[in-house]
Amino acid sequence: MVTLNDYLIASGLLFAIGFAGVLLRRNVIIIFMALELMLNAANLSLIGFSRYNVHDGLPDYNGQVLAFFIITVAAAEVTVGLAIIVALFRAKQTTHVEDITTLKF
Amino acid sequence: MSPLLFWVFVAIMLFFGGMVVLNRNPVASALSLVVSFLALAALYVSLDAYFIGVIQILVYAGAVMVLFLFIIMLLDLKAESRRRLNFPATCGGFLVIFLFVTVVADVSHRFEGGNAKFQAISQGPQGDVWHVGMVLFQHFNIALQVVGTLILVASIGVVILSKRELK
Repeated sequence: MVTLNDYLIASGLLFAIGFAGVLLRRNVIIIFMALELMLNAANLSLIGFSRYNVHDGLPDYNGQVLAFFIITVAAAEVTVGLAIIVALFRAKQTTHVEDITTLKF
Repeated sequence: MSPLLFWVFVAIMLFFGGMVVLNRNPVASALSLVVSFLALAALYVSLDAYFIGVIQILVYAGAVMVLFLFIIMLLDLKAESRRRLNFPATCGGFLVIFLFVTVVADVSHRFEGGNAKFQAISQGPQGDVWHVGMVLFQHFNIALQVVGTLILVASIGVVILSKRELK
């Protein structure tokens, strides 16, 4: 039997993997992908809670709508982020975060 | 969904999620992320969220990841060479991750309701998309308009950002 806790633990592990990616990798694009993993981990727990909270034989659709909004905003974020990465690559010829230190104090 | 299928999809999702982080080659990372998202969509479907599952495949595994692959190939990124890790940051990061997983495991362990079986649902003849659409357009109409404006602003921003000379 699969329960809500199983989904929550899977979601937590996925979030941890994404967080480790942000910390360990130095390539901007990989860091960006790890951010996407973290957003999706949050979505998984939202959908899990939505399915758990049953009213009148229907799941709580507010959770699913929030996940929908997260997916939409993430898509907008990806387009802007990748445009910034391309502009950065044009200026610096690198996507390595340690080579980009213009804003470093 | 049977427990076996659930754990198979969780294992695929976590394994390929790990491969995103561990692969040196950005193209391999992006393709691993696609597989991870497909397994995640299967988990959404197992939670009776068919619409979100389909959106996950179409938008994420389709559009967003194609955009990622396009940019990786456009920039012609090579597999990066190994660089020395920032040791204190890495240790601190793993400490935070360990604490996070511990807290999630502890909370789930103590959350009695989470161990109950999911209640049966019946979405009726309309199906899943109808209900999501009703909630989206009735209760969250303003938010939907705002998100539409956000996407418009984002696309204008992308056009401006990708001009050759910023002024």
